[in-house]
Amino acid sequence: MTLAPSPALSPPIEDVDPFSHEVLEDPLPMHERLREAGPLVYLSRYDVFAVARYAEVHAALVDWQEFESGAGVGLSNFRTEEPWRPPSLLLEADPPRHDAPRRVLSRVLGPRALRQLHDRWTADADQLVDQVLSAGTEFDAVPTLSEAFPLRVFPDAVGLGPEGREHLLPYGDHAFNAFGPDNDLVAKGAPHVAELSGWVGEQCRRESLSADGFGAAIWAAADRGEITPQQAPFVVRSLLTAGVDTTVHALSAIVHAFATNPDQWSRLVADPALARVAFDEAIRLESPVQTFFRTTTTDVRIGDTVVPAGRKVLMFLAAANRDPRRWTDPDRFDLSRDPSGHVGFGMGLHQCVGQHVARLEAEAVLTALARRVRTIELTGTPRRHHNNTLRAWASVPVRFTVA
Amino acid sequence: MLATEQSSRARRSGVDRTMVRVAEKTRVAEDVVTLTLTAPDGGRLPDWTPGAHVDLTLEGGLTRQYSLCGDRWAPSSYRVGVLLEPTGRGGSRHVHEQLEPGHLLGLGGPRNNFPLVPAGSYLFVAGGIGITPILPMIAQAELLGADWRLLYVGRRRSSMAFLDELSGHGDRVLVHPREEFGRLDLADALGRPRPGTPVYGCGPASLLTALEAACADWPARALHTERFVAAEHGAPVRTTPFEVELHRSRRRVAVAPDVSVLEALAAAGVEVLSSCRQGTCGTCETTVLAGVPDHRDSLLDDDERAAGDCMYPCVSRSLSDRLVLDL
Repeated sequence: MTLAPSPALSPPIEDVDPFSHEVLEDPLPMHERLREAGPLVYLSRYDVFAVARYAEVHAALVDWQEFESGAGVGLSNFRTEEPWRPPSLLLEADPPRHDAPRRVLSRVLGPRALRQLHDRWTADADQLVDQVLSAGTEFDAVPTLSEAFPLRVFPDAVGLGPEGREHLLPYGDHAFNAFGPDNDLVAKGAPHVAELSGWVGEQCRRESLSADGFGAAIWAAADRGEITPQQAPFVVRSLLTAGVDTTVHALSAIVHAFATNPDQWSRLVADPALARVAFDEAIRLESPVQTFFRTTTTDVRIGDTVVPAGRKVLMFLAAANRDPRRWTDPDRFDLSRDPSGHVGFGMGLHQCVGQHVARLEAEAVLTALARRVRTIELTGTPRRHHNNTLRAWASVPVRFTVA
Repeated sequence: MLATEQSSRARRSGVDRTMVRVAEKTRVAEDVVTLTLTAPDGGRLPDWTPGAHVDLTLEGGLTRQYSLCGDRWAPSSYRVGVLLEPTGRGGSRHVHEQLEPGHLLGLGGPRNNFPLVPAGSYLFVAGGIGITPILPMIAQAELLGADWRLLYVGRRRSSMAFLDELSGHGDRVLVHPREEFGRLDLADALGRPRPGTPVYGCGPASLLTALEAACADWPARALHTERFVAAEHGAPVRTTPFEVELHRSRRRVAVAPDVSVLEALAAAGVEVLSSCRQGTCGTCETTVLAGVPDHRDSLLDDDERAAGDCMYPCVSRSLSDRLVLDL
């Protein structure tokens, strides 16, 4: 164990557990406390440093030279602890090894590559919304919309077969829990890891993937020598790990935001072109990915403290996205705000490579909803789903009124 | 009510990533200078990978492409090497004769059309100033513990830049000045085709043509080359305002030379979602319906640029008097 930092340079010490159920239920008070405590805090419970203000979070995210990802972006330090699965070639890698997989996946999921999916997904969203509304206007939005749409379009876009798709959400949920401490949330997933990982590994093989999806495009890059054949399945695995749960929780966040801000829904109905802004504003407000860690590669000054080399730094993306130093009235869901620059997708070299996929999915769903639905309201108390990294809803009961 | 966001926008626009300042100019060989470039505010410059180049806009709107040959672990400076080409179109003469520390240049990119693919061993072939993109590739190969060799040909020793930096690599580097040794037999120097060993070549057209011939028996896609072809823009980069016409909202917005299209749109109340504001993430992609964009992003390849149907208004501008955007 490392000793606590020397008193002369000591940042405020906090003993809060960011991964306790109490905090996961409502992390906002903790975010505010950490943000106001200073530019850097020390979390005694886990012996890690943390940043919660926009400026410091942004600075750490873009500075891959001083804040590495290769030692893992969770609490566990891969230099001293065995990862639960072979590390990601993207999220848990640094230049130069990060370069080729990132280049390939950025192109496979790039805005231009997605143009051809736009019309198909718009039609899919229209169809799903029509289907849902014809079955009734009161339902739980989480399974009915937030899970249904990504599960309808994303596995097809990747090129997965029809069998076993129900493994995607639990696999992602466990992977995001595994960035936290070894707590009950991780223990909950542990018995299923072998089965889920086995299925995911199987899907990443060239033979398992259809000829026209993202997965095949990744294998084609391997054929061209842009990545190695050994890397290809792990790049596919990144899609399956990070591409579903995150979007599901983002969609739930949007529905909840609109259900609790009916004036903003009216604005979207009047001007569906606001869908893109609405999505990013919801990402800013909710930050479906709440946290990631980095590890210092050298002594790094943050505020008045020098964080020694080799230490974990926890970045509260969610706290940065509501930092009043950066955002006016940060707790408001406001479509007239320009949410550009939020760190909900991260920033810099590791910024979410699937962000354009997520935006396209959300835009399709919101546009379809805006076409049919005049009001959205809650019919009960929404219920949180706890995850060490993700902010999620288990249930958002809603009533829609239809035009 | 948007006071904080507006002031932070002003702050962000202060983080100008479309200009760089010449921090140092150093003569490193006969007719070769290096420029060290920094952001005007001294902050981070956009990230890059070995093989990448930037577009630098010189006085009078001349745009030239230069490979980055510095250290990507130094986030706030770029280094480029510039060969004086007396018969060229004036870009290199301007750099050699007039450019001084403190001068500002327009920046586009970085872009990489010459990326290093993963491999256990590499063969690098550089001719003259074509050594520049190879330098960071060598640094990378070293870092990865890859096996590599460099064939570096030039006119004469005194005209070959960076020999001092390369001298530490011992017999991995073959320096071949023609005045001393005559023409290099490339096929002989490359040796027998080795599957799994990519060949990276950069230099004058004559060298690359010879290299292609010498690699005829190598596996398909083994050879990676970069030719410096002067970018043939329809017009020099504008230093005068242009107009952006917004097709869907039927509005016109003037864009002054010192603001980005994104900023001009925001000032006119048209918010386009963006994120990185350095032409790297792709969030602000906007469809171009008419006009000729001046692409300064790191995303589009040459074909996509030529198509001219989309642009990233956080950094890209206009070559034509008017751009019509699907907004």
